[in-house]
Amino acid sequence: MPGPMSLQAPDVDALARRTRARQRREALLTHASLVVGVLIFAFPIYLTLIGSTHDVNTIGRGDVPLLPGGEAMANYSQAWSAGGGRYMGVPAAGMLLNSLVMALLITLGKIAISLTSAYAVVFFRFPFRMLAFWLIFITLMLPVEVRIIPTFQVMVDLKLTNSMAGLTVPLIASATATLLFRQFFLTIPDEYVEAAKIDGAGPLRFFKDVVLPLSVTNIAALFVILFIYGWNQYLWPLLIVNDRSLETIVVGLTKMIGGGDAQNEWNVIMATAVFALLPPVAVVVLMQRWFVKGLTETEK
Amino acid sequence: MATLALEDVKKAFGATQVLHGVDLEVADGEMIVIVGASGCGKSTLLRIVAGLETATSGRVIIGGQDVTPLEPADRDVAMVFQNYALYPHMSVFDNMAYGLRIRGLPREVIARRVQEAAELLGIAALLERKPRQLSGGQRQRVAMGRAIVREPKLFLFDEPLSNLDAKLRVQMRAEIRRLQKRLGVTSLFVTHDQVEAMTLGDRLVVMHQGHAAQIATPMEIWERPADTYVAGFIGSPAMNFLPATLTAGGTAARLETNGLVLPFADGPRAGEEGRRLTLGIRPEHLRPGIGGLDLQVELVEPLGGESVLHGRLADGAPITAKLPGALHAEGPLGVIIPLEHLHVFDAETGKRLDAQA
Repeated sequence: MPGPMSLQAPDVDALARRTRARQRREALLTHASLVVGVLIFAFPIYLTLIGSTHDVNTIGRGDVPLLPGGEAMANYSQAWSAGGGRYMGVPAAGMLLNSLVMALLITLGKIAISLTSAYAVVFFRFPFRMLAFWLIFITLMLPVEVRIIPTFQVMVDLKLTNSMAGLTVPLIASATATLLFRQFFLTIPDEYVEAAKIDGAGPLRFFKDVVLPLSVTNIAALFVILFIYGWNQYLWPLLIVNDRSLETIVVGLTKMIGGGDAQNEWNVIMATAVFALLPPVAVVVLMQRWFVKGLTETEK
Repeated sequence: MATLALEDVKKAFGATQVLHGVDLEVADGEMIVIVGASGCGKSTLLRIVAGLETATSGRVIIGGQDVTPLEPADRDVAMVFQNYALYPHMSVFDNMAYGLRIRGLPREVIARRVQEAAELLGIAALLERKPRQLSGGQRQRVAMGRAIVREPKLFLFDEPLSNLDAKLRVQMRAEIRRLQKRLGVTSLFVTHDQVEAMTLGDRLVVMHQGHAAQIATPMEIWERPADTYVAGFIGSPAMNFLPATLTAGGTAARLETNGLVLPFADGPRAGEEGRRLTLGIRPEHLRPGIGGLDLQVELVEPLGGESVLHGRLADGAPITAKLPGALHAEGPLGVIIPLEHLHVFDAETGKRLDAQA
């Protein structure tokens, strides 16, 4: 066939080559920028890992070793069972357990409270329903740090200082999670509620049989976020707990670092830091599939 | 299986009156279709029967028992929803069994009933699947199955076919009718589709602005519509309306458009000469011929064996005619009005005017 079509035909190969070359260039560029990003994030963690395998004097001299040393076992066992640093004597094992219990209590407490309060706000008609919702909502504007003095006063009055309850309860009330569950519950079709009413399922039954199973992925996503939130708590545990047997790992870690009047046992500190990293990493890795599903799922 | 009676059911949402007092008697095993345009109150009426809405006044009586104050679960009714409302995390079996489990029936009874219903509906092979793995028609069947296993006194259908494609809708329509007859369960079926209403119902309730405009069998509604709304709503294409006046003695009507006098075939109507009327004539009753109406045909829709012609009279009033054959052209056309198919309505009230005995 004459005309422009037949003129273009021989160019197809060249065009295809050009497209392939462009795709290769783009792939190279994206990977290069990803690698740089990963290095920036991973390098400090690598330094910590390496630091935890040398003896106390290597880092004390001011060296920053980049290759592993031979003291890993000694450092980790000291951190686990004896502790180190300024005060000496608070082993990481106990602090890890405290942190784990605190993070789990905060996470589960937050999820339980926000699930039930969102359920009430969305599925029931009661006087001052919207007022209740807005009261929950405005606490978003008051993070723990802002209300820390009055909260501390309340805990002192309730004689809850130096207790696990004092450590966790003020952190449990959560507007964010309530809001999130409310938004999710609003997407549950009214017909489910009506079908359940005709089937004879009461509110608790409906909650257990329909709402909870439908919320599983959302709960999992929240669990990850809230567990890390709880694990990383610093200011409140620092304030409310003096009893070192209740100390959490994040607080304990900073207390190991001295004010400059003595040499820090950086090898043990870094080993403790690695211990502190592991549980949140484990939670993210184990729950990642659910987490992503909970953030992206649109099935219905 | 039971009778159903509604006594002067009224419903207001705030200041908006949605139902203006509906009375209805449904016999045991009867299939009643509630049909009307959107916003006429038909779904509200169904939901009041289900107990999902509370009537402002009036009574709902199922099987001779006043259930007005009862919860939906205590009324022994089952409902099929427009979007099926299948729980996405439960298998087909669990969806169907859920209502029975809540009622605490023994496990074997539940399994037997679900199995029977599934076989009846042809979904026995799908019991382990989740709703998202089913097609629209299969979901529809599961929703029906969930109602059937309950063995309720009353089936309530809330536009259950409107989410299906046209072919499946016709198929499921026939299936629902067949099932309902076989099971003999008293049913209320809400739809906005007049074809669905005509084919499904033993009797229809045509709702208009919160009133039951007419309650009768499909053929009676088609042949003797109670007012111009019902006449225009039931039948496709819709009935043609022509303004006219009564002649002396009430034996004929004079068309306003061209002065044509149409004698009533079935007897005289009451009223003074000059009483204003609306005459109704269905498109399929018009025949080509001289001496009736002169149309200017603007559009021809061939349907195969017959054609729908859209035209206008000299004064601009639209007229639709359904004529046999496909060979029709746009342009002038004369049609005659068979007198035996003429419907006579009062122009002011829109009510049907019957011949005096």
